[in-house]
Amino acid sequence: MNFTNEVWVFIEQRDGKPADVSFELLCKGHKLAQSMNGKLKSLVIGDGVKEIAKETFKYGVDEALLVEHSSLKNYRTLPYSRIINDLVKTIVPRIVLFGATIIGRDLAPRVASNTRSGLTADCTDLQVSDVKYVGKDYANLLLQIRPAFGGNIIATIITPEVPTQMATVREGVMELTPVEYPNEIKITRIEYKPDPIDELVQIIEQHREDNKVNLKAAPIIVAGGYGLSTKENFRLVEELAHTVGGEIAGSRAAVDAGFVTPDRQVGQTGVTVRPKLYIAVGISGAIQHRAGMQESNKIIAINSDPEAPIFEIAHYGIVGDAMEIIPAFIEAYKHKLK
Amino acid sequence: MFNSIVMVKQVPDTANISGKVMKDDGTVNRTKLPAIFNHEDRVALELALQVKEKYGGKVIAITMGPPRASDVLRECLYMGVDETYLVSDRKFAGADTLATSYVLSEVIKKIGNYHFVFAGRQAIDGDTAQVGPQTAEKLGIPQITYTEEILKVEENKIKIKRKLDGGYEIVESTLPVLITVLKDVVNPRPFSAKRVMAFKNARSVMDLEKLAEENSLLYIDKLVHEYKEKNLLINTFTMDDLNLDVQRCGISGSPTKVHKVESVVLKGGNQIKIEPTKAGLNNLIDQLMTDHIFA
Repeated sequence: MNFTNEVWVFIEQRDGKPADVSFELLCKGHKLAQSMNGKLKSLVIGDGVKEIAKETFKYGVDEALLVEHSSLKNYRTLPYSRIINDLVKTIVPRIVLFGATIIGRDLAPRVASNTRSGLTADCTDLQVSDVKYVGKDYANLLLQIRPAFGGNIIATIITPEVPTQMATVREGVMELTPVEYPNEIKITRIEYKPDPIDELVQIIEQHREDNKVNLKAAPIIVAGGYGLSTKENFRLVEELAHTVGGEIAGSRAAVDAGFVTPDRQVGQTGVTVRPKLYIAVGISGAIQHRAGMQESNKIIAINSDPEAPIFEIAHYGIVGDAMEIIPAFIEAYKHKLK
Repeated sequence: MFNSIVMVKQVPDTANISGKVMKDDGTVNRTKLPAIFNHEDRVALELALQVKEKYGGKVIAITMGPPRASDVLRECLYMGVDETYLVSDRKFAGADTLATSYVLSEVIKKIGNYHFVFAGRQAIDGDTAQVGPQTAEKLGIPQITYTEEILKVEENKIKIKRKLDGGYEIVESTLPVLITVLKDVVNPRPFSAKRVMAFKNARSVMDLEKLAEENSLLYIDKLVHEYKEKNLLINTFTMDDLNLDVQRCGISGSPTKVHKVESVVLKGGNQIKIEPTKAGLNNLIDQLMTDHIFA
């Protein structure tokens, strides 16, 4: 099997701003490249995005591949996938990573289909390891780890027989840490050759609101669940968040019940967070929720059911009625500050 | 007049896992999960039916799966599709998204004469959202994923509102195009009682083969002919009906392999129990202040 020993990360940009998840992937990609003695390359596509290409070196990139053209300003499936298809087929990198964003999940399957590569969606962890599979030994395979089957199992997927292994990874799952000694900046420009097929889909207009809610950046998150029963009771969660300077969040059940807006949903189908403190109030702790918060530095669980799974991962557990505990907590906290 | 092909899938109901399907060791017994119509595909079908009602044309539903997947095709008939195709063969078993999209794209090419291919964004048994885009790539046509609303269909183009991370965009595509649909964009219509009566006896060729095997008085060719005459035949494609490279189907055409599966086990461990009392809460807050978590 012929391939180049390289890890590529597709750097997603929206309105010329790089997506956090792409830099998170570079950090992971850096580790993967090290463990297979390979190189890490960032793949930057857009219009006037050289600064983004430069920025990727903070995260351990050896070389940036840069494709710039005025018609590539906004992401569109056809030109972007054509560019990556050609690059993958010419250079044959060992690993290509994409964010599991709307753009990543639109783009990655198209590229995997064209290049007949293996692709695993929504990975929560990636490792490089030697693997014995059906009696054969494979060196340095990418282990693509993801929850499956409604979150009831964790599956490790491998793609042993293809030269290029691809995966998408959700935002916030990998840690973002710049490297201590960045490599010298080396940007390679790739020429874009326009094709009529690239223009089959046109963007008429775009509306993007800057994320008003930024759960991922919040050091403290107070999240409520369905156990709070009513929207009025959920106000207590808001009050607690306000008191301790945290952001408000909710489980999927709380969002479905209308207690809190969807942009504040934590979990597998919401946001993945790793704050300094996560306070879970009236959240039972289904696997789908835990997947989005179990990496939190400290977890406090407040629940009337002592058997609730949330207690299994909590650092501090308080069994009791949230309607009494929260006001007491707020009062105690305010008293301390005096 | 616009013709649509809708890709639908029968999936295990992973969302509603009850005690009945749990094994003694606490893992899920997948064979016991009920098989259901993937919800997002039903939403995609509804959109296709609305296009038909507004602009005329035909709606064809296709599914790949074991013979019993003809259940979802009957449901498609109850909702209003004109034709159905079951794509089923042992050689297709174990297909990942790449092998699935290969077979489905060949089926779509064989059916031909389409303007739209519709599908749900993703299926609940894998949540990959890959089969739609992978099929579009193999067909060499554009795709619009995460569709929220069809705004306008014209002679040779369609205008669609689709979701973006943190917003939306309005795009215009030439035809044909593959469209994947988000779960809440429209409510799928209920079954029409009249259509249920009309199509409840619709059968796939595989169903009929089974019938013929069980009863020596029935001949398969005659049965197929009869059902076709009555408009009750669920068309069936097997490996032999399609011009396929066997190496690209089923397990051999699937690069992704499951290396390891672990049931989720809760970590458990060093939890500190806090009494819900004033003293208990005070201690907790002190601890968090010492750790510089609280200012």
